[in-house]
Amino acid sequence: MTATQEQEVGAARRRKEDAHLITGQTTWTDNIQLPGTVHAALLRSPMAHARVRVNVAAARNEPGVVAAYSGADLADELAGLPSAWQVTPDWVAPEHKPLAVDEARYAGDAIAVVVADTRAHAVDALDAIEVDYDPLPVVLDMEQAIADSSPLVHTEAGTNVCFRYSDTFGDVDAAFANAPVRITRRFVQQRLVACAMEPRSVLVAPVPAAGEYTVWSSTQIPHFVRLFLAMLSGVPESRIRVIAPDVGGGFGSKLDIYAEELLALTLARKLGRPVKWTETRSEAFQATVHGRDQIQDLELAADADGRIRGLRVNLLADMGAYLQLLTPAIPLLGRAMFPGIYKMDAYEFGCVGVFTDKTPTDAYRGAGRPEATFAIERMLDELAAELHVDPLEMRRRNWIRHEEFPYAQIAGLTYDSGNYEAATARATELFDYDGLRAEQARRREAHDPVQLGIGVSTYTEMCGLAPSRWLGERGYAGGGWEAATVRVLPTGKVEAVIGTSPHGQGHVTTFSQLVADTLGVPFDDIEVIHGDTAAAPAGLDTYGSRSLAVGGVAVWRAAQRVLGKAKTLAAHLLEVSEDDLEFSGGTFAVRGTPGATKSIQEVAFAAFAAHSMPDGFEPTLSADFVLEPDDFSFPHGTHLCATEVDTETGRVTIRSYVAVDDVGKVVNPMIVEGQVHGGLAQGIAQALHEGARYDADGNLTTGTMVDYTPPTAADLPSFTLDRTETPSTNNPLGVKGVGEAGTIASTPAVVNAVVDALRPFGVADVPMPCTPENVWRALHEAQGGAA
Amino acid sequence: MTRISVSVDGTEAVDEVEPRTLLVQYLREQRGRTGTPVGCDTSNCGACTVLVDGRAVKSCALLAVQADGAEVTTIQGLANGELHPLQKAFHEHHALQCGYCTPGMIMAAVDLLDEVADPSEQQVREGLEGNLCRCTGYQNIVTAVRDAAAELRGATS
Ligand code: FES
Ligand code: FES
Repeated sequence: MTATQEQEVGAARRRKEDAHLITGQTTWTDNIQLPGTVHAALLRSPMAHARVRVNVAAARNEPGVVAAYSGADLADELAGLPSAWQVTPDWVAPEHKPLAVDEARYAGDAIAVVVADTRAHAVDALDAIEVDYDPLPVVLDMEQAIADSSPLVHTEAGTNVCFRYSDTFGDVDAAFANAPVRITRRFVQQRLVACAMEPRSVLVAPVPAAGEYTVWSSTQIPHFVRLFLAMLSGVPESRIRVIAPDVGGGFGSKLDIYAEELLALTLARKLGRPVKWTETRSEAFQATVHGRDQIQDLELAADADGRIRGLRVNLLADMGAYLQLLTPAIPLLGRAMFPGIYKMDAYEFGCVGVFTDKTPTDAYRGAGRPEATFAIERMLDELAAELHVDPLEMRRRNWIRHEEFPYAQIAGLTYDSGNYEAATARATELFDYDGLRAEQARRREAHDPVQLGIGVSTYTEMCGLAPSRWLGERGYAGGGWEAATVRVLPTGKVEAVIGTSPHGQGHVTTFSQLVADTLGVPFDDIEVIHGDTAAAPAGLDTYGSRSLAVGGVAVWRAAQRVLGKAKTLAAHLLEVSEDDLEFSGGTFAVRGTPGATKSIQEVAFAAFAAHSMPDGFEPTLSADFVLEPDDFSFPHGTHLCATEVDTETGRVTIRSYVAVDDVGKVVNPMIVEGQVHGGLAQGIAQALHEGARYDADGNLTTGTMVDYTPPTAADLPSFTLDRTETPSTNNPLGVKGVGEAGTIASTPAVVNAVVDALRPFGVADVPMPCTPENVWRALHEAQGGAA
Repeated sequence: MTRISVSVDGTEAVDEVEPRTLLVQYLREQRGRTGTPVGCDTSNCGACTVLVDGRAVKSCALLAVQADGAEVTTIQGLANGELHPLQKAFHEHHALQCGYCTPGMIMAAVDLLDEVADPSEQQVREGLEGNLCRCTGYQNIVTAVRDAAAELRGATS
């Protein structure tokens, strides 16, 4: 008897994923050592914009070198890299060659490749490549880039404008004309680097005679990599197998089709040998996509009591030098989220996508949603300050009430469910809101050099990009569905094959819990197969907190189908009608007939042996399901942060942080907490620590871990977490999504707290990251000093 | 080429290395100890941390020749038969997500607990300052290390 009665969903099951990770038995792409492998190294332009003439001849004579090519050498063989989201009909999408042919457009743009017997030889031989650089004018600043006189990133495009997009909902002019209160602010979302701990790596092994290729890549999207490599190379999809083995984090930065993937395939094809490329961390800073980088101009109109009437948003969004897979879509993903959880009569959104001579931007944890949430949550605090109302009270006056869900918000989305009151009540309780406000007042009174600030963030986000039709209407080339197969093997063990491709999120554990409950089989009897297009051929991979809300529901649906099939066969074997069966704990029992039972494991063997089946029954106990979701789901929550700000040094310390998130039904609370912790760290990093910076010539001056300063254990506090559970009404499991929540919510909570601490000094904003220097300058400027 | 003799995870090895070979490259490429990953090229991330004669060292900051005669322990040699208390605690407290930083974190923590048997939260946070994790927000790592410390104290008392 192997059936289990325990409820798996909701249990803090320890992860199946951990065993090999804590013992070092890992398969990171760079760990794979195939005989005969040659190693690729890339020469990258040290100049942000230059005409280049590259001569690789001398490199070919260096020790161990097998081949060397310039961009011009491979121009005919290498297709341009794709951008899959055409955001406007008249967007400008300049060709993006994996190796720049005669012009480099950012510092780090690859211009030549060397292949050698060892990585060290390949890197050594780069020195022998001769390059003439003719410097061209560099444009780095977005406002300057869209001025008529600006130098151009892509001369042939004739403009640095990638697209202009606008949308209006309601009568915006009327809303503003009649409003007694108006607030105007500019926020800058600094450029961020994802810094996944595993650098990108790709290995392509050809079977030359068969024209087949196995590609290992540290990617979030093996299915898309296969599709695009096939489209770009002409090798049929069925001859390309892409494996995302152990992948050491992604956060959006591995949601891309990269130059090096296409290059490695092309070289493996030419050379007939396995080709490996692994980026150094310095390359990762330069040539893996960056995130954020927006200038946000906002205007808010409100009544005298603070009720929001209208919102205007104008964005400049930095594309960098080229469009990667989703580059232009990222700022537009935030379009519908600027209204946040608030009601308003009118909303206007405009965005200009701008090319500059910098690393391309693309998805980074939250992708467009953190930027939008930051802006509206900062504006709510500014409105509260303007009207001398407590920021929590200001939110209560404007938010959608629990009984109003589902709620069609101003920008066209329908929020499935939410209870902002409950999450906020719980958060204020855990935080001791009133006590901290009292302490803040005392410190202000006493002119304490260390001031206390309290930051509020009440957010919602959209998870699980879908439905496919919605995506298609907005210019996205792909869909939003997800696929799963569940099979009960002859021994009764179960395989769940999923189309999502985890890189730390714990899908194996979570999905095992879902299947265990559905089929009544032990958690340990379930294997989850993923990340290999040969084993899991259909799927749309992992990003945007879609895995549970879309992929998990697909797995559950497939398991339901298996159960239906099992019931049909069990009824046949027990010679009763299906209506006479009840199923519990993994066993079908005939109602009213003790002892007449078939376990799901017995049924599985019978389905495999196929000796006795009802008419039309397909042997084996297996089913597929491809889920097309009805809509997004919208997790929400309330985060409260207390910061101590030293007005003499500008140093900010997080004193306490409370996060109450509502991510719908929770399958594994331990994994949910872990996701929130990690998300908070990244959101706080944007608020206080990180920012990619360039000098006037376009050199990345934050190109190492030392300069970029991702937070260490000593830089972060412990967090107090709790949750409320308001199930989604858009899927049968009631699940929503959690991967991005912490990042989205925390950046405004922290910056609101910093500004709150300094408001008595006349400070209305501190630019991110709120480093001691930026805080000190903001204070100094507010007090009339020249900073 | 230089000849070195090193004990790696309990196995004596004599190898020819190029003088410029980093210890981490040697471990990964010549000794197949790929459980130790590389995360940066500035000796800053801690992913490659191993024990050299019992002390935590960033193996990308050392040349293989400098390990001549030394005893090197990687994550793959930490467990003998059953898991080390730190490995167990990392699993128990969900102190890893993608797991890329984990070998380095655990090896650094082994050294930390060797020095400080009962570290405070702050001591753990400062003790692991040289090891970056991008996934966990560190909270569960800190909990795991303190929990393992308690277990190790129990075991030795
Ligand atoms: S790889 Fe050694 S410290 Fe980063
Ligand atoms: S678990 Fe991913 S970097 Fe630490």
